[in-house]
Amino acid sequence: MKKTIITVIGKDTVGIIARVCTYLAENNINILDISQTIVQDYFNMMMIVDTNSTTVTFMDMVDALTGLGNEIGVVIKCQKEEIFDKMHRI
Amino acid sequence: MINIFEVTETNDMIEKENLDVRTITLGISLLDCIDADIKLLNEKIYQKIYQEAKDLVKTGEKISREFGIPIVNKRISVTPIALVGGAACRTIEDFTGIARTLDKVADDVGVNFIGGYSALVSKGMTGADELLIRSIPMALAVTERVCSSVNLGSTKIGINMDAVRLMGEVIKQTSENTQERDSFGCTKLVVFCNAPDDNPFMAGAFHGVTEADSIINVGVSGPGVVKNALSKVRGESFEVLCETIKKTAFKVTRVGQLVAQEASKMLDVPFGIVDLSLAPTPTIGDSVADILCEIGLEYAGAPGTTAALALLNDQVKKGGVMASSYVGGLSGAFIPVSEDQGMIDAVLAGALTLEKLEAMTCVCSVGLDMIAIPGDTKAATISGIIADEMAIGMVNQKTAAVRIIPVFGKGVGESVEFGGLLGHAPIMPVNPFSCDAFINRRGRIPAPIHSFKN
Repeated sequence: MKKTIITVIGKDTVGIIARVCTYLAENNINILDISQTIVQDYFNMMMIVDTNSTTVTFMDMVDALTGLGNEIGVVIKCQKEEIFDKMHRI
Repeated sequence: MINIFEVTETNDMIEKENLDVRTITLGISLLDCIDADIKLLNEKIYQKIYQEAKDLVKTGEKISREFGIPIVNKRISVTPIALVGGAACRTIEDFTGIARTLDKVADDVGVNFIGGYSALVSKGMTGADELLIRSIPMALAVTERVCSSVNLGSTKIGINMDAVRLMGEVIKQTSENTQERDSFGCTKLVVFCNAPDDNPFMAGAFHGVTEADSIINVGVSGPGVVKNALSKVRGESFEVLCETIKKTAFKVTRVGQLVAQEASKMLDVPFGIVDLSLAPTPTIGDSVADILCEIGLEYAGAPGTTAALALLNDQVKKGGVMASSYVGGLSGAFIPVSEDQGMIDAVLAGALTLEKLEAMTCVCSVGLDMIAIPGDTKAATISGIIADEMAIGMVNQKTAAVRIIPVFGKGVGESVEFGGLLGHAPIMPVNPFSCDAFINRRGRIPAPIHSFKN
């Protein structure tokens, strides 16, 4: 399964998760896990998503979510899971 | 599954602590381009490099976006040009023509440096070797991206002192030829003892003759990551200190391994090595000297510096070898002066001298690197500095290098600005006493006793 990690960091506001999830649902991207913390008054969310069934390319998803982040006023990053797996798992 | 804290840790390393992949270097063999016709040779070199490397920059950028990690440089290294050009080049201008071809193809494929304008002369020089070496001052003056290196000695063979003497003159001439740009040419010229065949870092990268047709080598860096990790264990024992460096080095190297594998897959070129070198940049927080301060020194250069650096270098290697099956020979800490704000501060404070730097090179991965010295330093004195460093490499069975810049027209108290990753440097004083009679002897220094292991 191809997994992507989406992180959202920024000032907390209404509807951040809703808007990200709407984009994911519209593009047939399944959410496997969500966790969220508030670090130093900052909204900090991580999603693990499954991109196997989507038709959008990884780069299009990066661009779309970066644009969405700019609209909401938060930073949204998409990274393939391997970088975290490699670094934190032996 | 990966948790939010792990994700945050990784992204903080990238965003706040300057973790990056310093370079993806594509090594390309030019041995099959050899031709006695200089025009044909240049054409073959251009075509081979262009075909192999045309997707390198694009691939680097794609990987960078997929994993969210900066890949700062994409570079090329080629077979030492003295070997490739030997059959065709009869004059200095012939060799310089090849340098221009390399520069053009580097520009056309979009890489910022191409290494391998090199000669391997640890025992003796062929006619072509000597011609190439004599062409370096002109080649580096008329090109932007070409990097040059010369291997002058090895533990197995000894030191070619005739070549050491010649390189002192070549460095002086290169300085003079690029005087209008603060002797910038010397920043692209390095001499080695025990040069590795698969070094991904410039200016010393070349594609060794023992290598395959093409290969991907990756260099990762992250002094800021190590410094930040150490700031959390202030006052703890050496055991905790070492453990922290090792764990951090492991994590950083794993990222390099991932990037190397992806690049290798996408370009369909075999993966060579990952080199984990704490390679600083002038950016604040991206400094090896700052790590030494975090270990407990007021400035790099203070008593204890050599021991702290030895510890750092060793732990970086130990963490790195666990993280990748193929770790490059240089892995450790680089201590360039102009590229490291902490080193520059130490020089300005009077804490760090050329002699202390030389001592530090005994225990770290490379050598005297990016050190600006007065422009009126004699060629023989430069050769003396080189000979000392080569001897350290030869006796300690390690790579040692010298990249020193006699800044034309400038002296102690002045400083020099190279720009970009190369940074800026105060001009350091050189021991004024003569070594002319030593350098003017002919021949070579024999291999040390411990090289007789057969």
